[in-house]
Amino acid sequence: MKLTRLAAVAVAATVAAGPALADLVFPSLSYRTGPYAAGGIPFADGYKDYFTLLNERDGGIGGVKIQVPECETAYNTEKGVECYESTKGGAALVYQPLSTGITYQIIPKASQDKIPVHTMGYGRTSSVNGKVFEWVFNYPANYWDGASIAIKHILDLNGGNIAGKKIALVYHNSAYGKEPIRTLEELAKKHGYEFKAIPVDHPGQEQKAQWLEIRRDRPDYVLMWGWGVMNQVAVQEAANIRFPMENFIGIWWSGSENDVRPAGEGAHGYKALNIHKTGMDFPIYDDLKKYVYDKGLAAGAGDQIGTVLYSRGMYAAVLAAEAARKAQELAGTPNINATQMRDGMEALEITAARLVELGLPEFGPAFKVTCENHGGSGEGLVQQWDAKEGKWVILTGFIASDREVIDPLIAEDSEAYAKENNIAPRCN
Amino acid sequence: MFYREAGDFKTSYRDDAQTFPIAFDRLRYYLVLAVALGVIPFMINDYWANAVIVPFLIWSIAAIGLNILMGYAGQVSLGTGGFMAVGAYATFKLMTSFPDLNIVIIVVLSGFITAGVGVLFGLPSLRIKGFYLAVATLAAQFFLIWLFNRVGWFYNYSASGQINAPERTVLGIAVTGPASPPWAQYFICLFFVLVVAWMARNLTRGSVGRSWMAIRDMDIAAEIIGVNPLKAKLTAFAVSSFFIGIAGSLFFSVYLGAVEVGEAFGIEKSFIALFAVIIGGLGSIFGSFAGAAFMVLFPVLLKNILVNGLNWPTDLAAHIQLMVIGGLIIVFLILEPHGLAALWRVIKEKLRLWPFPH
Repeated sequence: MKLTRLAAVAVAATVAAGPALADLVFPSLSYRTGPYAAGGIPFADGYKDYFTLLNERDGGIGGVKIQVPECETAYNTEKGVECYESTKGGAALVYQPLSTGITYQIIPKASQDKIPVHTMGYGRTSSVNGKVFEWVFNYPANYWDGASIAIKHILDLNGGNIAGKKIALVYHNSAYGKEPIRTLEELAKKHGYEFKAIPVDHPGQEQKAQWLEIRRDRPDYVLMWGWGVMNQVAVQEAANIRFPMENFIGIWWSGSENDVRPAGEGAHGYKALNIHKTGMDFPIYDDLKKYVYDKGLAAGAGDQIGTVLYSRGMYAAVLAAEAARKAQELAGTPNINATQMRDGMEALEITAARLVELGLPEFGPAFKVTCENHGGSGEGLVQQWDAKEGKWVILTGFIASDREVIDPLIAEDSEAYAKENNIAPRCN
Repeated sequence: MFYREAGDFKTSYRDDAQTFPIAFDRLRYYLVLAVALGVIPFMINDYWANAVIVPFLIWSIAAIGLNILMGYAGQVSLGTGGFMAVGAYATFKLMTSFPDLNIVIIVVLSGFITAGVGVLFGLPSLRIKGFYLAVATLAAQFFLIWLFNRVGWFYNYSASGQINAPERTVLGIAVTGPASPPWAQYFICLFFVLVVAWMARNLTRGSVGRSWMAIRDMDIAAEIIGVNPLKAKLTAFAVSSFFIGIAGSLFFSVYLGAVEVGEAFGIEKSFIALFAVIIGGLGSIFGSFAGAAFMVLFPVLLKNILVNGLNWPTDLAAHIQLMVIGGLIIVFLILEPHGLAALWRVIKEKLRLWPFPH
């Protein structure tokens, strides 16, 4: 009982010290600890740094300052719930939990609390269907797009015919890793390849058995849906069994520098998808250097700048800021609330010209969000690791996914959700 | 002064055998009940319900369940997470198969299903003891998680393997699902906590509990004086799993609402329950509450102080939190190996003699 009373005092202090209501609040549910910290840290740094840049350079968005309260989830659902509940009171505009498990928790709660959730390239894939998922967005691409893009890339390499080829999927045995299986099975029917799914249990430090299986079965291609330490181990194991690295393709969450560096030369040629470009060759870094890094305002240790996941965190912040700008325009006031933010996200349009203005020319695809489609254009590119140069080389342009296969799957899954939860379709 | 037996005359055996024989204790107990029933429901908000009180209540149930098995019957178990998963998946299957069934009945049924599974995994305890039994229950933990991950029937073949709790009501008020008000979630959990604690307290005072304790203290001697080890051990597993199943059921349906088995019911959960029981005190109902409070509330409190109070970076606070809690566990085990309940007992003894300690 004594503990509860102490906690009461602490929480009372929290509420009193909450953010001033006039600011735009973008909570960052980050994870800088735990087995997935290697992915969580650069993303959180990129997310924070972009907002710091807007505050320092432009005085916020539309003249209103931005706050980014951070809350540590350690990729753990219960802590995620605690973080969501503790930050939502402070006029939070949008949640980006960077965890599929936490996303599943938050989707019903946020829909009830009327706060939008943006799960960029992760989360529940069928939330593409804006008719059912009013408050959830996953533009610019989702897992099923990713699965389709990987298969398309393999088709391109084989002159459009992969009938009879063996394709294996090494996946994190969780909601995240299971997402692409249905799509890959459907695509197997269409293209006639042989599909095999190989699960790896959390956290994925031990994968000897899985790679032994791959060595025995000799699949032509291996796809991977991994995260955190699982990626590094998989790349190392693939190198150990001398699997041809150029036939090993990871999803965009398995394609950062952290994943390939530990395997050294062995990782040379490993491929991964990406939903944006990466590296320091963008004009925005001049501004970031001037207004953020040189002033000592960089988030975290400041050692992640320019990496793949840092770029992704920054991209998430760019999309959130652009949506907020759109929301301010639609609402006619710079002080927007979560409902107006949602309207802004639904009306978001990213054009090539806008990306140039932002200092990120050709950084991501041009896309448009609509009431029906919360998933954007569903495009991704393929990048390859050059171990000698120590950098990712972009191999292809943005590849569009196979909507013909994905759309029926999305309709099926989202309709099941609508039925379970008695949701009447919108956008009529 | 106030805390004493003297002057509190009992005139019947019934009075003499009551749970709280000291008047001050009784008063304190009713005060706690009054606060729990009459004050907290009016003050509770989303944060308090979802982040603090509901998880505390649910972990208290789980700790009471494990305490029956470990503290009273002396059987080590590392399978708590797995048994909670059984409760959760039973609830999910019952909720989706029988949409009209009341959630309270579903939770109780899930408890019974878990009790059945618990008895099954308790069978090895008839032959093996101590560390070997711990390993057998550890196998139960891994097997059950694997099963729920592997067999699509358990999660209704959903693409992601997640299970989601649909909305269910009690007396017209939603207690599961996102629309449920925090006080309703609190009440349903409190209801089960009160029932479970009351049951556990009375079971452990009666003949069943005495046979458990006899087995714990020395199984051969217990057998010689006429305790049936088969019955005692299996009832301990059944009752313990029943409570843990209820905890798992509420954990899924009321607290989280969406669950992924490996993440929500992994081995870490078994350790939380184990630590709660050891820190709280083996063989004590109060200890289960104290242990659950330590394992669940303390990290949240520490986080709030460090991050929101002192404005520390979140990663530093998270690391410090792990170190502080780990350190405190060691300190407790060295200074008070019998747990917080023993500490409480010592305080009570001192109070009885105060102000004349000799």
